[in-house]
This record gives sequence, C-alpha cells and structure tokens, in this order.
Amino acid sequence: MQKNIIIAGVGGQGILTIASIVDLAAMNLGLHVKQAEVHGMSQRGGAVESHLRISTEEIYSDLIPLGKADLILSIEPMESLRYLPFLSTEGVIVTSTEPYENIDNYPDEKELLNNIRESAASLLVEAKSIAREAGSPKTYNVAMLGAAAPHIGIDAEELEKAIRMFFARKGEAIVTTNLKAFRLGKDKSIETR
Amino acid sequence: MNKQLLLGAEAIAQAALDAGISGVYAYPGTPSTEITEYIQKSPQAKGSNVRSAWATNEKTAYEAALGMSYAGKRSLVCMKHVGLNVAADAFMNSSITGIHGGLVLVVADDPSMHSSQNEQDSRVYGKFAMIPVLEPANQQETYRITRHAFDLSEQTGLPVLLRIPTRLSHSRAVVTRSEPREQNRLTPSEEKGKWILLPANARRNYQQLLQKQQTLVSLSESSPYNGVTEGEGKRAVIAFGIGYNYTMEVISTYRLNMPVLKISQYPLPEKTLNEFADKYEEILIVEEGYPVYEELMRGYFGNDKIQGRLNGALPRTGELSPNLLEKALGVTTKEPNNIPPIVAPRPPMLCQGCSHRDLFDAINLAMEAYPQKQVFGDIGCYTLGALPPYSTISTCVDMGASITMAKGAADAGMKPAVCVIGDSTFTHSGMTGLLDAVNDQSPITVIISDNDTTAMTGGQDSAGTGRFFDLCKGIGVEEDHIRLMVPLKKNLDENVEILKEEFDYNGVSVIISQRECVQTLGKKICKKTSL
Repeated sequence: MQKNIIIAGVGGQGILTIASIVDLAAMNLGLHVKQAEVHGMSQRGGAVESHLRISTEEIYSDLIPLGKADLILSIEPMESLRYLPFLSTEGVIVTSTEPYENIDNYPDEKELLNNIRESAASLLVEAKSIAREAGSPKTYNVAMLGAAAPHIGIDAEELEKAIRMFFARKGEAIVTTNLKAFRLGKDKSIETR
Repeated sequence: MNKQLLLGAEAIAQAALDAGISGVYAYPGTPSTEITEYIQKSPQAKGSNVRSAWATNEKTAYEAALGMSYAGKRSLVCMKHVGLNVAADAFMNSSITGIHGGLVLVVADDPSMHSSQNEQDSRVYGKFAMIPVLEPANQQETYRITRHAFDLSEQTGLPVLLRIPTRLSHSRAVVTRSEPREQNRLTPSEEKGKWILLPANARRNYQQLLQKQQTLVSLSESSPYNGVTEGEGKRAVIAFGIGYNYTMEVISTYRLNMPVLKISQYPLPEKTLNEFADKYEEILIVEEGYPVYEELMRGYFGNDKIQGRLNGALPRTGELSPNLLEKALGVTTKEPNNIPPIVAPRPPMLCQGCSHRDLFDAINLAMEAYPQKQVFGDIGCYTLGALPPYSTISTCVDMGASITMAKGAADAGMKPAVCVIGDSTFTHSGMTGLLDAVNDQSPITVIISDNDTTAMTGGQDSAGTGRFFDLCKGIGVEEDHIRLMVPLKKNLDENVEILKEEFDYNGVSVIISQRECVQTLGKKICKKTSL
C-alpha cells in the first residue's frame, strides 16, 4: 500500500494539524511516513502545501512526483487546483468550498467550483457549517479530514484514535468536539458518494 | 529505542542531545531554525543543562561554540547557508586551530531559494576549510550521521560541517534513537600553539591540516554513509546526499537496474570513486545545489561520460525532484495536468494588523515631498514592503546592508537617505554600520521597525529588545535625533511629521518604530486565555 496525499491551504489556516493526525495514525500502524512541510516566508498568508506519503514499503523521496498523488485534500477551494499537476489520473480532490480571499484577483466562486468539478473526481465540502455543527469553527480542518477519510488509506477508527492522541493534552472537551467534526465530515462524504 | 516522527532539523537536534552536547549556538534562519527550537523545548536538554539561547548573529554563535569546544565540551552551531558568510572568518580559522571538544556546524542550504536571497552550496565552504563534510539523505540517516559527526570531529581534531537542504530539514519521517551519551567533562585546552594563530603557529597548523587530508579521505572510504548499490548496464549514477532519495525513488518505482554510488561523507572517497567510475560509460552526477563535484569530475578539459547540471541532463539551478530524475534517467511518463488558468498567485504578505503595514503607510506619505523615493531595505518580514500595495522598499541584499548602503548613497549625495531595518537585523549586523555613519557624519535616517521579536522565522527572541534607544545613544547618535513612534493608524499624521523632520535633518537620525508583532502577541493572548 502506498498513498500520496497533498494537503493544501493558505499559510496560517493550519494544514499541519491534518498532516500531524495522519502521521500519527500511520506511525501507530507501523507504516513508513514522509511528510514535507513549508516553513518560512510562505507561511505569511501565502499558498502552502504539505506532501504526505504513507506506505508499507520504504519511501525515498520527500516530495510526491508529479502525477502520482492519490488525493488532494484542500482546506481552500482555489488552492486545491494549484496542485493539480501532482494528481494522478485516478486521483481525487476533496476540498472545502469557502474561499480565503486575501488577494485582489480572487476568481469568481461559481466558476472556480465548476472548474474543480471538471478537473477531477471531486468532493466539495461546506466545512464551515460542519465545524459549526460540531461546536467550534476551529474544527474546520478535522471536518475536512473526516470528509477525506475514505481516501487516506487508513481506517477511520485509526484516524479517530490519532485525533484522540493529538488533542489529548488540550482536554476531553476539545477531543470530543474534534471527533464530532471528523464524524460529521465523514458522513457528508459518504452521503454524497 | 523509541521511535519518533521528526523533521530532519529535529533529528539533528535530538541526535546532538544524545551525542552529549553541552550547548547549541545559533541565529534563526530558515531552514535551520527548528534545530535550536527543538533543543530549547526539550526536557532532556533542560535536565542536563544544555544552553540554547539565541545568539546575536552567526559569527558570535560560531565563536561561542568554538569556546565551548576549547573548554573540552561538545557544541553544536546551526545556521542557514548565508549565515555562514557572516561566520566565515571564525569558521575558516577554526579549521586551522582545530577543536578540542567535538564541534559540529550544521548549515541548512536553501536550493530554489524558498526563503533566501541565494542558493549557495555550503559544501564549497567545507572544501575551502578542508574539513570533513557530511550530507545525509534521509531523516534516520540524519540522526545517525549527526551522532557520527561529533565522534568524527573529536577523532580528527577538526570541526565537522553537516549540510542539509530545506527539503530534508522540513520533512518528517520516523526516526529511531540510540543510547544517549554523557556530556564531556570540563577540560580546557592547554595547547597554546594550537589556539594562538600567530603566523609561526598558523603555518605549522596549516601544514598539519594538509597532512590530515589523507586521513580524511581514508575515513570517507570506510564510511558507512558512502557506498554502492549494485546494478547492471553501462550507465550509472553518483548521488550525493538527498540526491540519493530522488534517484532511488525513480529506480525503485520503475524497477531500473542501475548501479548507484551514494556519497554522504566528504572529502570524496577517491579509491571507491575511481573504481566505480572506471566501470561505466555514462555517469549521471546528482547533486542538490551547485554542481560542485560534477565540475571537479568533468575537469577543465572535459569528460564526456560525466552528465549532470553542467550539460543539461539536470537543470543548472533549483531544487531536485523525482520528476527531474525521471527525465535524467530516461524514464518517460505521462504529461501531468496543468494548473488551470483560473488559479491566481497567492504570494506571502504582511499579516493583518502588522506594525510594518502602518510604518510603510507613514513612510510613503512622508516620502511624497521628495523627488527621490528610494528606501533601503533589509532582511525580515518587512522585506515584503517591497511588494504592492506598499512598494516602499527598493533594496534587500544582506543582513544589515540597509544602513551601510544608505550611508554610501548619502555620501554620494542622495537625499534623503532612508533605510528600514528590523530590530533583530539591527543587532545582528546593523550596529557597526550605524557607528560608521556616526563617525563619518553621514546624513541618513535609520528606521528600526521594532516588533520585539525575530518575526520572519517564527518569533524567536531578539537580542536588543527594550534597549534600542540606549544602543543608538551609546553608538553616538544625538539624543534629540533618536525618535520614538508607535505605528498605529491613529498616530499616522504625527508619525509622518516625525519622519519628515528627521529626513530633513542633516546628520544621523534614528527612528524607533515600536509595536509588538501581531503573531507573537496572538500567541501570548492564546496562552493566557487557555490558562
């Protein structure tokens, strides 16, 4: 088994939380993991991505080769398309629909969403409303992870275990809210299939 | 021992702690910052009193590390590639003195210039100083090679340069640790001739360094980090450091049967290299960074069997990738999708509420009165003031250059000669330039955009916080022309007036524009509310 996942967003949105949870789940299962991050100047409101690779075999490159990503998991719609060259022919885009507009020339929203639908097999998720339903807008990321859960290559149960471990030091209430967001996201994903 | 998911940078930090360092010395710089941050947060480091506070610049860091080595203890010094330019004086001479306790210099290079002004290759410095250089390929190897580096340093009596690129520094993988080692005891060196580089001593030491070179080559021959992966055919690869990963990614994905010589310890293992090279008709050299060793192997008169960055098999500049290796190894793949034209660029920008924003608004208004609107800039978040909507900054060269370039331009007659420098950059390399301006009475206005932190790299402590007025006064700037302002919208008119007054002053003036970074402020508030 090998899964190549691009996690995309805007600097400051917190894509690394998603990456850390998947890392943790993969490590718990004894899988090989590589996860390249962007630090430095781009983190100031620029486009950021993480290359996440999990495998039963040794992984060499920290970067996913072009055309080899199984999933683009994006927490911002326009950012999902920026990494399209990485997506394989059978690859899937899971993205939130809420734009993060910190530039003047942000494209038309409708056209953007149509573009995503035409580009690849895709799942568009209104993560904001899921996060609200879960009880905290901060669970936006975890809701998106839930929506992408069927494509991660790791059982949802294992991902939930990792969520518990990841948020444990922040207290039981935060663990529960995030688990709720994860499950709501996952349900959304199953509904729309 | 226990497994951890670590960044390459963190693997270095953990390995250095396990190797028994007594201190880490560093100035923040992407992609090296996380090494020191890991040690600063490590309970293991706290428990064994490993000192880890930030240094004022890379030179002071290197010299302090050398002092710790002099005292017999192991020390780690970390910087980004351009930081070694600042520390180069200390670095080059430390290969002539040699070391006492193990000293490892980690330099994080930034091929493709993700967060830097150039992509200089630090292996050149290692060769220049004639010391061992290590260049790991992956995170686990980074851990092992860092531990090896301290032993190698003590074994050879030389500092060891460990070089990693951004991609390894900022990528995580599972790392298994080995048994930690105790710190060295305090045993200050008593060998005066070794440490006093008067010409007579320096000549002798230099001879000794030259004599050590054959030993270093032998150590590279027997190094477990250099070695051959067998294969068949007439083509072969010599892959250096992380270049090995990209090579193996392609070889394993497409099941190519191709021999690979991996090199992670320098100087080059001559015998291994010669034997390997003799066997094949075509050799691809895979180096992350400059074609340093490709150039050497190609030679002045050329060598047709050598391929790489210099003959176009790989691009001359920029970071390597699996796809570049696919091409270089002759694998044909499907053309990838294009980025749809609807995707707009999203460059980095100053945060909402950032104090630099209000400062640039004020400078732009104050500058309206002058025909020449150039402002000298420096290295930090505020370099983003070069971009719209501000477009205030006209230069960004190296740490501290804003002040000295403004001075030179003022000497040439440019009026007003204005520069913007961050608080941490000012203490790093700006103060000496300010002293030059004071001594020469050059009419410049230095704006210190003081946000209480080293913001660009994530909010590390800044060396001069709270003392900028006193520092400038001590350097000799007249008290009346050290002005303070708070960059807030409500103070805009007042700030523009202060700026204009000092732009018009025919002497050295400093304006300290002080307001805390919104990122560090946000973190503090977060901490408070969660308590």
